[in-house]
Amino acid sequence: MAELVSLTEGVAEVVRDGDAIALEGFTHLIPFAAGHEVLRQGRKDLELIRMTPDLLYDQMIGVGAARKLVFSYGGNPGVGSLHRFRDVIEHGWPHPIEVEEHSHAGMANRYVAGASKLPFMVMRGYTGTDLMAHTRVEQITCPFTGEQLVAVPALNPDVAIIHAQEADREGNVQLWGIPGVQKEAVLASERSLVTVERIVEKLEPRPGGVVIPGWVIDYVAEAPGGSRPSYALGLTERDNDFYREWDVISRDRDQFLAWMEENVLNSATPTTATAS
Amino acid sequence: MSTATEPEAGYSTGELQTIVAARSLAGKRSCFIGVGRPSTAALLARMVHNPGLVLVYESGTIGAKPYHVPLSIGDGELAQTADLVVSVPEMFNYWIGPGQVQVAFLGAAQVDRQANLNSTVIGDYEHPKTRLPGAGGAPEIARGCQEVVVIAPHSRRTFVEQLDFMTTRGDRTTLVITDLGVLEPRDGELTLTTLHPGITVEQVREATGWELRVLDSLDESQAPTDEELAALRELVSR
Repeated sequence: MAELVSLTEGVAEVVRDGDAIALEGFTHLIPFAAGHEVLRQGRKDLELIRMTPDLLYDQMIGVGAARKLVFSYGGNPGVGSLHRFRDVIEHGWPHPIEVEEHSHAGMANRYVAGASKLPFMVMRGYTGTDLMAHTRVEQITCPFTGEQLVAVPALNPDVAIIHAQEADREGNVQLWGIPGVQKEAVLASERSLVTVERIVEKLEPRPGGVVIPGWVIDYVAEAPGGSRPSYALGLTERDNDFYREWDVISRDRDQFLAWMEENVLNSATPTTATAS
Repeated sequence: MSTATEPEAGYSTGELQTIVAARSLAGKRSCFIGVGRPSTAALLARMVHNPGLVLVYESGTIGAKPYHVPLSIGDGELAQTADLVVSVPEMFNYWIGPGQVQVAFLGAAQVDRQANLNSTVIGDYEHPKTRLPGAGGAPEIARGCQEVVVIAPHSRRTFVEQLDFMTTRGDRTTLVITDLGVLEPRDGELTLTTLHPGITVEQVREATGWELRVLDSLDESQAPTDEELAALRELVSR
C-alpha cells in the first residue's frame, strides 16, 4: 500500500544520484512540482527518461542534473525549440550528456515491455530510417510468418514519478483526460511516487478514468497545482502563455539560470513551508 | 499567418497554403494532425468542406472537435471534445500502426525528392549544427496511415537534394503542399503538378534544391473563396 508523505519526503525516498528516472505525462499532467523538488534536493548524474522532454527536462538538463537523456520528441509543443536541450546537444552546455532517441511508438512500446516484464516488444517501424543505426533496436524475424520486424528493448527505470488528479487515503490513484504512458511507467519502474492535486475520502469513477491501485505505488504526495504550467484536466488549465514565455526565458544561459534560481531552486514547494 | 499579405491578391501565401490543405480533406474519413498549420487546415476542413471529418491527435484524442486552434497536441479542449481518449501505446499499436486513420498531415525541416523527411538534425548526427526535436510519432504515422500529406514552406533550405538525416520514409506520401504549389509523386519522384495563382515554374525551381520535374500541363490552384477566407480568419481570431 502506498504511503502518504510530503512532496519533500517522497522525492527524498525514491530518487538517488545516478538513477534512471522517468517523469511522465504526455503534455497533460507533467509532474513539474516533483521535478523541481528533485533539483532542490541537488540530485545529479540522472538518466532522464521522457517521451517529450518538454519544459521540465529542459530545466533539469539546463541546471546540469542530467547524465543521459532518453526521449522521442524534444520540442516546445506549438512554440518551437527547447533551447537548453539544443544547447546541451549542440554545444555541450553545461556539460555533455549521452543521448538515446526513439520514435514515440518505440518509446511507448519500450514502456509496455517494461510493464509486462518482457525483454522487448515487437513493432513495425524504424526500418529504412537513419534512426535504426543510431539507437537501441534490432531487426528480428517473425517465427510464424517470416516477416522482418523490429524489437525495442524494455524500459525499466529505477524510478517513475507521475502526477494525477486525486488519490484516496490508501494511496489508490485516479487520473483522467489524456492518459499518456503513466500507468506503464509506474508498472515498469522499481520505485514510484505519484503526486496528486488532492486527497479525497473516496475515488469516484470518472469517464475514461485510469485507476492505479495503491499496492503498486510506493509513495503518494499531495501537490496542488503540481503539474503547472502543464495541467490537470478539470482542475487546472494549461498555461499556454508560459510555454510561449519559456522560449524567451530559456534562450539565454544567464537569464535561464537566474530564472531557475528565483523560481525553482530558492522557491518553496506548494506543499512544504521550506525548501530543502 | 506568418507570410505577408499580397495586397493585390487579398490573401497571404500562408493562408492559401492552409486553404489548399483543407480542401485536400474533402471526402476523407479521418485525419491525423500535429499542431500549427496542419491543425488549422484540418479545423477549417471541418468548418467548410467536411463537418464529419474525424481529427486524431497523437496525444490519444480521437474525434476531437476543438473550437480553438490548439497550441499543443495535448490541450485540454482536445480531450474534452474527443469521442474517445486512449493511451499512447494504444494510439500507436491499435490505431496508427494498423492503418485505422486514413490521412496524415506531417511537416518537416527537410524534404527530399522521394518525399522522405528529416526532423532530427541539420548537419552531422553526432555534432549537429542544429538539433531539431526528433522523430515524435512521424515514422510510424507515415507507414501506418494510408495517405500522407506533407505541408512545408517552399525553399532550398527545406527541399534538399540530400537529407542530413532520414527520420521518416516518404513511400506513402500523396501530396506535398507548399506556399508556392503542390508536388505529387510520379514514378516515385516528387513532381510539380499545381501552381498557386501568380506563381511561376521558375520561382518553384529556384526554391527547390534538386532538378525539379514539372508536369507538362500544370493545374492552377483555385484562389481562396470568400467563404474559405472568412472561415479561416474567423477560426484563427477565436
